[in-house]
Amino acid sequence: MIRISQELLNQIREHGVRDYPYECCGLLLGRYGADGKVVKETYPISNAREESAKRNRFLIEPHELMRGERYAMNNDLEVVGFYHSHPDSPAVPSQYDLEHAWPTYSYIIVSTSAGQASDLFSWEQEPDRSRFNQEDIQCQ
Amino acid sequence: MPVTISIPAPLRQFAAGQSQIVVEAKTAGEALDQLTSTHSALRRHLFNDQNTLRNFVNVYLNDEDIRHASGPDTPVKDGDTLMIVPSIAGGAVIESEVGQSLPELSNEEILRYSRHLIMPEVGMQGQRRLKAASVLMIGTGGLGAPVGMYLAAAGVGRIGIVDFDVVEESNLQRQIIHGTKDLGRRKIESARDRLRDINPHIEIETHESRLTSHNAMRLFRNYDIVVDGTDNFPTRYLVNDACVLSGKPNVYGSIFRFEGQASVFWAEKGACYRCLYPEPPPPGLVPSCAEGGVLGVLPGIVGAIQANETIKIILGAEALLINRLLLFDAWTMKFREFKLRKDPKCPVCGEQPTIKELIDYEEFCGMAAHQAPQPDTKLEEISATELNARRLRGDPIQIIDVREPHEFEIARIPGTKLIPLGHVVSRMNEIDSDVETIVHCKGGVRSAKAIEALKRAGFQGRLINLKGGITAWSEDVDPRVAKY
Repeated sequence: MIRISQELLNQIREHGVRDYPYECCGLLLGRYGADGKVVKETYPISNAREESAKRNRFLIEPHELMRGERYAMNNDLEVVGFYHSHPDSPAVPSQYDLEHAWPTYSYIIVSTSAGQASDLFSWEQEPDRSRFNQEDIQCQ
Repeated sequence: MPVTISIPAPLRQFAAGQSQIVVEAKTAGEALDQLTSTHSALRRHLFNDQNTLRNFVNVYLNDEDIRHASGPDTPVKDGDTLMIVPSIAGGAVIESEVGQSLPELSNEEILRYSRHLIMPEVGMQGQRRLKAASVLMIGTGGLGAPVGMYLAAAGVGRIGIVDFDVVEESNLQRQIIHGTKDLGRRKIESARDRLRDINPHIEIETHESRLTSHNAMRLFRNYDIVVDGTDNFPTRYLVNDACVLSGKPNVYGSIFRFEGQASVFWAEKGACYRCLYPEPPPPGLVPSCAEGGVLGVLPGIVGAIQANETIKIILGAEALLINRLLLFDAWTMKFREFKLRKDPKCPVCGEQPTIKELIDYEEFCGMAAHQAPQPDTKLEEISATELNARRLRGDPIQIIDVREPHEFEIARIPGTKLIPLGHVVSRMNEIDSDVETIVHCKGGVRSAKAIEALKRAGFQGRLINLKGGITAWSEDVDPRVAKY
């Protein structure tokens, strides 16, 4: 289960709409607790990248993640997951996403189309890497 | 050596909740093996079924990605820290790319590639990737020969070759894709036949043309990887820029005399050729192989390195020559390596690129020369036929040969005096300034430099350059003089 405020969810949606038709992405910063994760802040990474960056297989490069980790550490937070948008496609992870993920992290995907965000789901990988399970979002 | 591995938060549940684990190891790979043998549940999250690091898993040794060092073989020392950092995949955009299925291998192909297939690093999956891959080779000369032959033998499914030359006798000392029977044939035809003979299971596409700013983007679009086997600066910059603009990796090699260079320029992942050399050298400063010579086996070695890197790119291997310039000296038999860095100010792959489409590369390489200090006076020239006529008339002239003594031994114009380029200034007093002086070399470049040097040194006599050097003499005046 992941707990996140309505305000932060809206920030993710807005980021997705702003970067459309490109994918947006960012980090979810917060804390791991006994009863799931809580998101305290979003940390946007992409800002409507250049055409060439679309060919990148990865939305978030390791050095960007490390920068985010450092920021989180300085603010007594941890990276608890990631968000990204699927422009004009459903908010479900692909096989490719599955092969490129770790358990425990939350992967929030928001579906975007011209001018608006629709579905937003959070996904968590099964510990044996076999599939993604939809994760409950508890909106605070 | 005790090395600390920091475990990212989501994986701590597979490592007994620890955030840092100390292991004993000599290399990064060994450290990870140690870690995952103690905490076996971690392994599947870091390594794939082929036992290589998952491609989204990055390992940093004290802030440096080990992929940019020696991969798993990167040595570690006491007190080092290894960090495991994921890259985060995007979703929808790449779906189509991932969904492409790889071609199957026939039983004949399985037999042919068996030495590949039994290695887990290649395996069926890797060999099918090779079959699905396409590579464009620019040039079928010294470098292109081993590149083409090894890629064909390895089973790269589609190989494009670009060349416009014909096979000449002086090519055969190093361009082993062509044979004596091919003399006078178009290089692309000779190369195609050789590659087909090596491997009939692959497709070979020939493009008989000079690579230009007009056709480069169109040609590159149809291939996954471009291998640069060119021997001149305009084409090298053209290949680089077209690769950056079309997002293709550029597998680079170059050779001169006994020295070779190799690298992989892939702007999405590291430095490009312009990050290394923003400007071309002034024309004539760096002699070509025709002028300076090249050890025949050298392009064999450098080209084989290019083929090696190309195959590794296709297989998705790590430790590519990205951000690394490999220098090889065949005479001292030494390899050296330089680290390259992507230049944020690079005009083509930097943060604010100014080159957004292909330019005129002849002009670019010539213009840079124009900015270099040029002698005030124009170079006076004479053709071989004219020179011969003047000699027959008995004009009072002297001919100075500025080539090296070993070249003088191969062929000479009768009645000339040998003063190698490096000595012309110090031996200036041996040249009679009251008589007109014709200066020559093999092709006319070094002699022009000699004239410039003599003028700068204050030589008062009249100096005339033999256009085309002794090669022109052999072609136009006396075919008994050997061409080399």
